[in-house]
Amino acid sequence: MKNDKITLAHGSGGKLTHELVKQLFLPSFNNKALSQLGDSAILPIHGMRIAFTTDSFVVKPLFFPGGDIGSLAVNGTINDLAVVGAEPMFLSAGFIIEEGFGLSLLEKVVNSMKEAATLAGVEIVTGDTKVVEKGSVDGLYMNTCGIGIVNNGINLATSLIEIGDKIIISGTIGDHGMAVLSERESLGFNSQITSDCAPLSGTIKKILASGARIKFMRDPTRGGLATTLNEIVNTQKYGIVIEEQAIPINDGVRALCEILGYDPLYIANEGKVVIVVSAHDADKVCEILKEDSLGRDAAIIGEVVIEPKGKVCLKTVIGGTRVIDMLVGDQLPRIC
Amino acid sequence: MKYIDEFRNGTIAINLSGKIADLVRGLDTITLMEVCGSHTMNIYRYGLKKMLPSNIRLLSGPGCPVCVTPTSYIDTAIAISQKYSQEVLITTFGDLFRAPGSTSSLEKEKARGASVIVVYSTLDALEVAKKNAGKKVVFLGIGFETTTPTIAASIIEAEKRNLINYFVLTSHKVMPPVMEALLRDKELDLDGFLCPAHVSTIIGSKPYEFIARDFRIPCVIAGFEPLDILQGIYILLEQITRKESSVRIQYSRVAKYEGNPTALALLDRVFEPCDAEWRGLGIIPGSGLKLRGQYERFDASVVFQISDFVVSDQSNDFGFQIDTAIRNPQSAINGCMCGDILRGVKLPTDCKLFGKVCNPENPVGACMVSSEGTCAAWYKYGEN
Repeated sequence: MKNDKITLAHGSGGKLTHELVKQLFLPSFNNKALSQLGDSAILPIHGMRIAFTTDSFVVKPLFFPGGDIGSLAVNGTINDLAVVGAEPMFLSAGFIIEEGFGLSLLEKVVNSMKEAATLAGVEIVTGDTKVVEKGSVDGLYMNTCGIGIVNNGINLATSLIEIGDKIIISGTIGDHGMAVLSERESLGFNSQITSDCAPLSGTIKKILASGARIKFMRDPTRGGLATTLNEIVNTQKYGIVIEEQAIPINDGVRALCEILGYDPLYIANEGKVVIVVSAHDADKVCEILKEDSLGRDAAIIGEVVIEPKGKVCLKTVIGGTRVIDMLVGDQLPRIC
Repeated sequence: MKYIDEFRNGTIAINLSGKIADLVRGLDTITLMEVCGSHTMNIYRYGLKKMLPSNIRLLSGPGCPVCVTPTSYIDTAIAISQKYSQEVLITTFGDLFRAPGSTSSLEKEKARGASVIVVYSTLDALEVAKKNAGKKVVFLGIGFETTTPTIAASIIEAEKRNLINYFVLTSHKVMPPVMEALLRDKELDLDGFLCPAHVSTIIGSKPYEFIARDFRIPCVIAGFEPLDILQGIYILLEQITRKESSVRIQYSRVAKYEGNPTALALLDRVFEPCDAEWRGLGIIPGSGLKLRGQYERFDASVVFQISDFVVSDQSNDFGFQIDTAIRNPQSAINGCMCGDILRGVKLPTDCKLFGKVCNPENPVGACMVSSEGTCAAWYKYGEN
């Protein structure tokens, strides 16, 4: 039963997405910047390093507790720039709007884009608008691109990671995915789950300025923490061990995951960053994060180990150990 | 989090695993089967196997509802969605979405344009029916005694609300007959059953008594949390080492001797026993539930006539006749060992397809689809 059509799983950010990228996009576009597969491409231009990234947004529903498609589109792109060590500067905004979409809703989205951009100190400098026939898209789809500059002295790469380095997560996991899910599916829980959608550029700037030896950063969006950690160790000569007990999770997110049979390790985040840092600087980075409103719940969750290579292992709360793979397809609610 | 963390206490877990090791030190291999998929999943999720001594062998049983749903059932659902594409909306629980039929899955059919909606409960399916009065909404009713009362309730509710566009394609199963079939299987040599938690909250402990009495095999109804499982194993081993056999309830905070009388009455009102096909295990007498005659108008297999229908198949221009597919299930042909794995006589790693052509992105057998499936658990948690 081979895939002859694109299924939803190809867009989930997990294994099939990676296959699509590696088997179709990479060989077709074949260039050095793309082959790094970073959150942003880093382009040497006239002695400067320009970070360039793009992201499309098809979130359903458009409005959810803690954000909307507008704030998500701005923050998502800012974060993709920030995690490669760039200072985000300029964004573009593309709108694909369904015929009949309410103008007041569009204004609401644009306003929250304005707010998010102002908060992060970036400007939206170019854009595009298309309107398609009713039924061709679901209300509103968006795309943003962003550029920023990577300052001298900042070098982040998985190749810099060494055995013994610590893994830090900047706060609770799973908030965004579960907030959107409970809003979309009208699950009928009186949940307090709010998306963590936020611009991380300010927070990351503080960490980079501290002089701590940061090796690598990535924001664990689609596919969640588990997928991001797997991307880090993939084909490398080291592995990662994390402690289940150390991973911060809000009770509401945990409860909803328990009920639906979801694993919070695979749920999307939109305002969190995974940081690989030398062991010596780990506590310092954690302290800086905790003083920042976006890093209050930051925690050291694990470390880089020599074995098993290329794998992520989890020490479970009861003392067992298991391997954590990438997300395969979207998580599906279980029958019982 | 209250009521969760208490059952995942690391210190108690290590204590229990030490007590288990003391109990079986020096004994021959003891083989226990956890019948239910949720047990299997949590055994891997919490790394429990590595906390048990090497002379305890845990086998996974046929208790994953998606895994035991026969290929022909998926084929039938696909046939309905293709033949009645203009009028039918298929609603399904999430993990059935990816389960393979003979040549396709509902997920792939959806990508080709079929109307398939993943729902969280049967009440959601009723809402879909209410909102789409011009369509016929077919709910894919699978599952064991845990799930079936909710399908029964949806039918009663549809009747009450006068919803004439709600139908159920049923493939419900009950646990005790398949456990008996496993005990009669000469290839299997079991020393004890870890009985399902949620099924037992509905049926109680009485239906397992024949196993302890006639087959002299101890049974323990255990909860799904890691400490439940470890304690359940401990209670089983106590019985085994004392050469006793009875049905004990570890999960006493929810499961009772008499079960849940309300749910049982609901089941009995809407469903009656029937023979049922299990993927890889064949037909087991009295192991299924079908709608009673007075609820026939809700029965999708009666309402939608597909026996003459040719299912379009992307890999073959001619497609295949649905009634042929139903008579000759395909899963055995391609080398898939799901049946033997569900019976506990083979391990996923014994299967040539495991981890190679059969993986979670491209499952050949149903055991690889559901998160509760044995192969999926092995693959996901690194036993490959």
